[in-house]
Amino acid sequence: MQVTKGVVKALVGNHAVAYAVKQAKPQVLAVYPITPQTTMLEKLSEYVDRGELKARMIRVESEHSALASIYGAAVAGARVFTATASQGLLYMTEMLYWAGGQRVPIVAAVATRALASPWSILDDHQDFMSKRDAIWIQMMAENVQEAYDLTIQAFRISEHENVVLPVMMGFDGFILTHTMERVEVLHDSVVDSFIPPRKFNLVDFTDPVGVGPVAPPEDYIRIRFEAKKAMERSKRVIKEIFREYEDISGRPQHGLVECFMCRDADYVVVSMGAWSGDARVAVKRLRERGAKVGLLKVRVFRPFPFEEVRDYLRDCKGVLVMDRAYSFGSGGILVNEVKVSLYGHDVPVHSLVGGLGGMDVRPLHIQTALENLMEGKLEEERWLL
Amino acid sequence: MMFLRGNAACPGCPIPRELDALLEVTGERTVLVVPASCTTVIMGDTRGMPSKVPVIHSAFAASSAIASGVRSALDARGEKATVVVWAGDGGTGDIGFASLSGAAERNEDILYVCYDNEAYMNTGVQRSGLTPFGAWTTTTPSGKAESKKPLPKIIADHGVPYVATASIAYLFDYKDKVRKAKEMSGFRYIHLLSPCPPGWRFDAGLTVEIAKLAVETGIWPLYEIEKGKFRLTSISKVLVDKKKRKPVEEYLKLQGRFKDLKGEDVKRIQEEVDQMWEDLARM
Ligand SMILES: Cc1ncc(C[n+]2csc(CCOP(=O)(O)OP(=O)(O)O)c2C)c(N)n1
Ligand code: SF4
Ligand SMILES: [Mg+2]
Repeated sequence: MQVTKGVVKALVGNHAVAYAVKQAKPQVLAVYPITPQTTMLEKLSEYVDRGELKARMIRVESEHSALASIYGAAVAGARVFTATASQGLLYMTEMLYWAGGQRVPIVAAVATRALASPWSILDDHQDFMSKRDAIWIQMMAENVQEAYDLTIQAFRISEHENVVLPVMMGFDGFILTHTMERVEVLHDSVVDSFIPPRKFNLVDFTDPVGVGPVAPPEDYIRIRFEAKKAMERSKRVIKEIFREYEDISGRPQHGLVECFMCRDADYVVVSMGAWSGDARVAVKRLRERGAKVGLLKVRVFRPFPFEEVRDYLRDCKGVLVMDRAYSFGSGGILVNEVKVSLYGHDVPVHSLVGGLGGMDVRPLHIQTALENLMEGKLEEERWLL
Repeated sequence: MMFLRGNAACPGCPIPRELDALLEVTGERTVLVVPASCTTVIMGDTRGMPSKVPVIHSAFAASSAIASGVRSALDARGEKATVVVWAGDGGTGDIGFASLSGAAERNEDILYVCYDNEAYMNTGVQRSGLTPFGAWTTTTPSGKAESKKPLPKIIADHGVPYVATASIAYLFDYKDKVRKAKEMSGFRYIHLLSPCPPGWRFDAGLTVEIAKLAVETGIWPLYEIEKGKFRLTSISKVLVDKKKRKPVEEYLKLQGRFKDLKGEDVKRIQEEVDQMWEDLARM
């Protein structure tokens, strides 16, 4: 495939994602305002009102209805999109499982934000990570460019005939949604040929079916088993789609994970989302001093890339996982996944819990934790309070 | 026949006939959206369904929103069809009320039918906001203390193009209303009183009789509000005259759910009905 140079723009995260959505040409959208997602809804409303995006924006009265209405539209054959954050994602929960269970292609962007109570409008990953069992593919961006890229890819992945699953694209509230960065956007025609017309439709008047009826146990468990297989199958498809996107965009897309200086590293930081950028800085500084450290960034959280994580980390002397979401009574949500990946391998895995409710985390915090890890002085779990 | 017999409804349940009558009018190009309710069970399972038209099952609170999306998708794909929500009183007036109100306010191009059996029947007869005063349910063991939520009126106050009440005992009136609604566009709402033998505690052979008495006593007036214009229909037209209405007791006494009503309760119900008719006469 041919690389056509994209167009460089300066965009805040919410507008970059809105731009990607416009190019993916969904026919039905429903978005309910919530900080820090709202400016995306406003931008999309402008596109629709000006006719730049030929779609219906359903002005719903809640997030539950936002997802419910695009679910209905998706079942009836339309390409659809929604976006939310925090309380809104929680409010959607019932419909998230509904859409996941029915395996309907839907794309949702989540501008991650802490959960109440107490109130906070600032960033952490508790909202996004709490939805890990809803039968949705979940991807997370590190920067505005990646948020744009993953949004385009999400439509393709979701509707792919070997996948047929809803996809959630997470990107950090404020840190990405409201930060202006250099973004290279694709030409419309390139996006058009990247995302083929949607085929999925369950409303057929000549051969009517019931969508989501009561399932006796034998059918219920089989439907769940099929969903599990679709999730597993999707890993290959996602990697293929990333590679294809690399070709058309000319930008490296890595795989389910991105390895930064981690191939020969003795100590590796594992992270997801925007603070991977801070981890990069910490890793570079320590490398300059001769320490063999690296970063492994998880780009796709569901399906979880167990194989990749294991292969990159199995021979490490120590792993530091950055947790921005916590399962109370258990531990960091990401660290638990990393530990499962390394089951049977003797690698010490530590958790650095931080950034909750928008608490600032800087490269120095990560650098210090890494130094402590190398000195054998890091607790199994450290909270950055 | 658009809705097959031999489905999972209880003996004497009016729902299958109500659905069949609806689909006889709206035809093959109908999409049904059905939230959690008795109808979920009646609609069969993954192995098959009695409906001859597509059915989209919905989470309890979500049917108006799902229907809005289905409508938008069909419009986007240039497909003509009638999108119908078929929901119980709980899915309509309680948990589904926000999304219903939202869809009505947006004047979504859907036909909403609430079949009102005046309680949560699927989960075993618990009170809803539409359970009438005095009625026994498993969560109001000594009778409901509050009055029934006036849903058709509330929907009409949204300014939607069509609101009607109907009853299975007056099938022609019901089908006429469905026909009229089908020909219109925008948000259309039909509220069907739907007697439930096990939930209301009456003999399964009396369903139509009870539905009829609800209308004849004036407890369930048949009317339509078309573009804001109110009109009584069928026999309700003559019931403005109080003398033509049967005493409410005739309706109440056939149902076990009202068996513990005291004389003053019956009097209160009669007074409320009479007051409602005075209000209707002024509309
Ligand atoms: C969110 C949610 N809460 C509760 C339930 C349990 N539930 C299923 S059906 C139902 C009652 C339905 O009542 P109604 O809408 O009046 O319909 P009916 O069963 O009477 O036909 C309830 C409480 C559910 N499915 N979902
Ligand atoms: S409980 Fe009542 S409404 Fe439900 S199926 Fe039985 S008769 Fe019909
Ligand atoms: Mg009911």
